[in-house]
Amino acid sequence: MIKKLDRLRKFEMLRTLAAVGLALAIAFILILLTSEQPIQAIRAFALGPISKFRYFGNVIELMIPLLFTGLAVSVMFSANQFNLISEGAFFVGALGSSWIATNFLLPAGIHPVVGILVAGMIGAVVAVIPALLKLKWNADVLVSSLMLNYILMFLGFYFLNYHLRDPNAGDMASFKFPASAKLLRILPGTRVHIGLIVAILAVILVYLLMFKTRWGYEIRMVGKNESFARYSGMNVFRVIVVSQMVGGFLAGLGGGIEMLGMYTRFKYKTLPGFGWDGVIVAILAKNNPALVPVGAFFLAYLRIGADIMSRSTDVSSQLVGIIQGVVIILVAAEHFMSKRKNRIIYEESMADLSAAKEAK
Amino acid sequence: MSSILDIIGTSEFWYSVIRVTTPILFAALGALISDSAGVINIALEGSMLWSAFAGVVFSAWFDNAWIGLLAAIIIGGLVGLMLAYFALNLKTDIILSAIALNLMAAGGTVFLLFVVSGDRGISSSLDSRILPKLFTGLADNVPIIGPVIFGHNVLTYVAFVLVFATWFFMFKTPMGLRLRAVGENFHAADSVGISVKKIQYQALVLSGVMAGLGGAFMSMGYVSWFSQNMTAGRGFIALAAKAMGGVSPIGTMIASLFFGFASALANYEAEISVPAEFVKMIPYIFTIVGLVVYASKKQADVKRIRQKQAEAATSSKGEK
Repeated sequence: MIKKLDRLRKFEMLRTLAAVGLALAIAFILILLTSEQPIQAIRAFALGPISKFRYFGNVIELMIPLLFTGLAVSVMFSANQFNLISEGAFFVGALGSSWIATNFLLPAGIHPVVGILVAGMIGAVVAVIPALLKLKWNADVLVSSLMLNYILMFLGFYFLNYHLRDPNAGDMASFKFPASAKLLRILPGTRVHIGLIVAILAVILVYLLMFKTRWGYEIRMVGKNESFARYSGMNVFRVIVVSQMVGGFLAGLGGGIEMLGMYTRFKYKTLPGFGWDGVIVAILAKNNPALVPVGAFFLAYLRIGADIMSRSTDVSSQLVGIIQGVVIILVAAEHFMSKRKNRIIYEESMADLSAAKEAK
Repeated sequence: MSSILDIIGTSEFWYSVIRVTTPILFAALGALISDSAGVINIALEGSMLWSAFAGVVFSAWFDNAWIGLLAAIIIGGLVGLMLAYFALNLKTDIILSAIALNLMAAGGTVFLLFVVSGDRGISSSLDSRILPKLFTGLADNVPIIGPVIFGHNVLTYVAFVLVFATWFFMFKTPMGLRLRAVGENFHAADSVGISVKKIQYQALVLSGVMAGLGGAFMSMGYVSWFSQNMTAGRGFIALAAKAMGGVSPIGTMIASLFFGFASALANYEAEISVPAEFVKMIPYIFTIVGLVVYASKKQADVKRIRQKQAEAATSSKGEK
């Protein structure tokens, strides 16, 4: 049995790689067709991020928020709730940490800790709203969470405009964060901050939660088959609420960490999009927290590569949007390379069967 | 508060309600058709965005708004076709497929815009056409309602005509019946020889076409250019409008007008003495409230019917 699982898992990995390869091939073809300097463009895209230490630092910097929203979406989707609130939770988390940073005087070590914890808690509170609307009144989670994201954005701008805004900033932005609130930079020559350590801890903790505790088991069971979970005595209501709160906490935490680690003031003009990115990361990772870093690294590398390419050549960085779409569809497609998968399952079962016969 | 009443009292306001309702109505009708066949189309947003883009590019290339419209319709349908292929053939989760298509639309339109025109994010160098307005002469001649219902873009009239066409299609044609049968119970539909997959393919393409018309309106009527992510969530609002409107196109129209009303009000933010952020929130708050009201009503209906059935079952047992 174990051997069979291994072979299937290996195949799943191969399949994801094939999907990524196919998407990159499409991207390269598009570059060849549309660019007048295709070789430079492809080189900048593929090798740009590792051409300079600073650029690779950019990849790691971008990975940090992706790790948090990727984990958040993994947990939420594991309970089979298409809750897209990570976007809004990240945004209000970032705002909440800015509020703590600019309105409270706390000692240097404690200030950012309070800031990001408050960010996480706000995220948890907003994330549970779509789940409650679903559980209480059966309102579609996907649509209500999408709408709630816009509401949170405008609510956030109101708060920024009337409570946090620095009138001398010129633009709509908060007051400057004091030095005591900022996260420690840990890698000289880059802006990589201590949030990376927190993110790695979060990956480990969420993995343990999902695969080594009863709560995680219950979340995954509810996600696989809600009726079965209910009939076997699980409190489905509680499991869903807890899973969405954990997800929201992670997304909010990510927002707070991104804000205090990378910015000097809060100055988002729209939703930053990390929630949607979290969906991509979670799909790549198949909702497995242990694989979230791989998905986050891939996406961050892609983004930074595309940025470098669009700065140095005539190809728009929006090419990434197409690559992302193709990867999601192929990775999530049950029937992509399914013949091979079925053959593996068939061969393994036949082998098992003949082994069983021989044993007899 | 008197300023809100002043605004609502003007014919310009009601004209703008109809105007902003148009794209939502198109997409909501698309959502209605696909939902009726049991396939949820969240890629409406992507269909709209590609169509808005195609309308601008093709009308500029051919110097003809109608060719732009045709291209928009075809592209919108193609996005629906792609969703159908991914979801029904490749067996990708239909929600994930749609999310992917929306991402591809957001990035792909900007990418291609740069390729075809060199513009970054907004089609300022493309000399695109707009679709004509109809009955402009009548607007001033008919009192009170004239300025409200006349002088709209041709697609606005198409949208409202399509409400009735969709009703006729769904409830009076054999194909509409098959569509609803598939959505109601695809096992039953399958057992009487209806090809479920084929019907769902048709429904998704048709809903993409509807969203495509909405996209064409956005870039060739509402405004006269294409800009990055210009649909701004209208495809999602349409899903909510569909959910509120229930199974009838008329209900969908009323729900869409409701959102049009809220959005039109938000456009008057400068004149209302409430912080602009709150005014802009109105359509989304309306959407959630509407969604909850509709979903809870439906849930209550289901409960009531179940209860009745249970009562009927126990009473018939008692008779025996």
